[in-house]
Amino acid sequence: MSGGVDSSVAALLLKQKGYDVIGIFMKNWDDTDENGVCTATEDYEDVVRVANQIGIPYYAVNFEKQYWDRVFSYFLAEYKAGRTPNPDVMCNKEIKFKAFLDHALSLGADYVATGHYARTERREGKTLMIRAADQNKDQTYFLNQLSQEQISRVLFPLGDLEKPQVRAIAREHHLATAGKKDSTGICFIGERNFKEFLSHYLPACRGEIRTIDGELKGYHDGLMYYTNGQRQGLGIGGPGGPWFVCGKDVKRNILYVAPGADHPALYSQGLIAEKVNWISGAPEKNVFHCTAKFRYRQKDRPVTVHVRPDNRLEVVFDQPEWAITPGQAVVFYQNEICLGGATIGTILNQGTDAAIDFVDSAPL
Amino acid sequence: MDPIYLDHAATTPIDPEVLDVMADTYKNVIGNPSSIHSFGRQARRIIDDARDTIAKYIGAESREIVFTSGGTEGDNMAIIGAALASRKFGKHIITTKVEHHGVFRTCEYLESLGFDVDYLDVDRTGRISVDDLKKKLRDDTILVTIMYGNNEVGTIQPIQDIAHLLASHQALFHTDAVQAFGTEDMDVKDTPIDLLSMTGHKIGGPKGIGFLYIREGVSLTTMTHGGEQERKRRAGTQNVPAIAGLGRAVELVRDRQPERIGRYLEERRTLLDTLDAEHVGYRVNGNPDHFLPQILNLYFPGTNIETLLTKLDLAGVAVSSGSACTAGSVEPSHVLTAMFGQDAPETRSSVRISFGSGLRLEQIKEAGNVIAQSVRELVGIGQD
Repeated sequence: MSGGVDSSVAALLLKQKGYDVIGIFMKNWDDTDENGVCTATEDYEDVVRVANQIGIPYYAVNFEKQYWDRVFSYFLAEYKAGRTPNPDVMCNKEIKFKAFLDHALSLGADYVATGHYARTERREGKTLMIRAADQNKDQTYFLNQLSQEQISRVLFPLGDLEKPQVRAIAREHHLATAGKKDSTGICFIGERNFKEFLSHYLPACRGEIRTIDGELKGYHDGLMYYTNGQRQGLGIGGPGGPWFVCGKDVKRNILYVAPGADHPALYSQGLIAEKVNWISGAPEKNVFHCTAKFRYRQKDRPVTVHVRPDNRLEVVFDQPEWAITPGQAVVFYQNEICLGGATIGTILNQGTDAAIDFVDSAPL
Repeated sequence: MDPIYLDHAATTPIDPEVLDVMADTYKNVIGNPSSIHSFGRQARRIIDDARDTIAKYIGAESREIVFTSGGTEGDNMAIIGAALASRKFGKHIITTKVEHHGVFRTCEYLESLGFDVDYLDVDRTGRISVDDLKKKLRDDTILVTIMYGNNEVGTIQPIQDIAHLLASHQALFHTDAVQAFGTEDMDVKDTPIDLLSMTGHKIGGPKGIGFLYIREGVSLTTMTHGGEQERKRRAGTQNVPAIAGLGRAVELVRDRQPERIGRYLEERRTLLDTLDAEHVGYRVNGNPDHFLPQILNLYFPGTNIETLLTKLDLAGVAVSSGSACTAGSVEPSHVLTAMFGQDAPETRSSVRISFGSGLRLEQIKEAGNVIAQSVRELVGIGQD
């Protein structure tokens, strides 16, 4: 239980169904400020209130060390490599459905339930991950790295509900979290200034901003602060704009920009992905057609997946895609089934000068 | 199985006789003890009687007892009050690394005001060395605050020796006696203690009441401002029914002290015997000679404290560990850290079991079996 409305209602629904429910709060990050205020404290207070309202025991568990070692270190390493990591995917894989799952199992639990919007289904001896009924809230994108073993131990009580229904249930039962705002942003950064946060952990190295044709346009504060497709905060103007980030040369510390949202440098025809996970086993064919998401809440796009002998994937888009971001997850779907996903490594862009080390990144 | 409460060091159930006195007071005594009419006099009589009982029990004069809301308030009042009142004589304070947060954090606060605080090390049993204290004493030391008995591991400090050492020094001596009160004999006539704080709810008394003993002639800067209650040392209308209850609770520990200590030792022996019979690996954290009988701190190698505590609670055994952080998770105990070092396994794998007089020995055995079973299930599970 996170202290949010979703996990509160998830706990309530299970309790109503007759499960023997135990609420556990995870503390993964310490953001105690100089006044001793820590967001985890507030969230835990909400867990306590809701758990008492529902009538279930509540506990906390500290995974700060595991979170630092397995999620935050990855997060920094990816930024260092010029990519844009997805800590939520990693947190699900390593913490919520690993460290936390292990903890729950060692306490004698049969299942771990979370407030994620997703569904699972047993079919032919396998557990499948199915999109949530609420297509707008579906969170299977973030769950793409889970294994069979993991999801066979998981319950998603909210999978069949729409978010407004969840709020209504919380209100109907006067749960303390009924009116609580959904959390936004990366959990350990919260509402704080991202640039400032990152600067505490990674040295920012100023460098050149060049157009895709090689013209010097200005200077950036550090490549890690920029993401493909970004328009705001570049500090460059002048004729020919607006300018969009279209690539990074990490070795030479150069940020590349392209004029106008429609510039071909922002589009790509495919990508190479690594760290592949198939939730219910590898696909039968090495080449197949399915749909994919390259970012959360994006509409599915038709793609052809080529499973390469080195276990990487070459994903070819039916239509060119705009501002694909290395480090983010590419997640595959066959209709309602989430097949699994991988980390976006290299972008395939036929229209770009190969001399520029364009958006390429060294394998992790 | 009914849950078994083995966390009496956190708080004790109220003694029915205490409750009776409080209920009578709530029902029959309506006055404010500061009022000068008959109702006020009736209330005043009750708090004065309680004050006399308490004073007599610790060898003090009644006027040396100030009622507080409990241990933490007493600690704050004594430490901050003494430090501010003695500022002209120096700014050096000595305490230990194993104090309750009521003392520890108060000393940290004084550091932020410019006071200079030394935190004494302890040995692996949790005891300070008086020689160490002697070495740390300076001409400008104004206060030494050292707990009587530790709330986590039960180790008793050499209070007599400390008090006698300080008798010839300007420094005031405060002791947090919250955990030791009621099982240890404390006589402030024999032992020159200047300030002693305690609370009611660890001895079968009500929550929200305690007292601070302030030796005649010791001046404290007052923290609360208002009326002239408690000889101007603690403003605010006294909690008459709670004070009546505290008085009764002190009478009860006074009258039953030897039986209670015997009982705790028996419970302690029963639990350890059960664990031994189950062949569970453990070590006792604390001092084998100087310990509070109601506290037993055990190290279970290879377990993770959060998992163990949760498991025990789910199985119906209520014990505890150092202290929870405000977000509910268990922080490594500063006491065990002081005893065994930063990141020592004892700091992550120890629980505190604390006994009370209302327990049946079968319950202790049952709890011992549950603990043994839970520890066995956890040992060997990877805890990285």
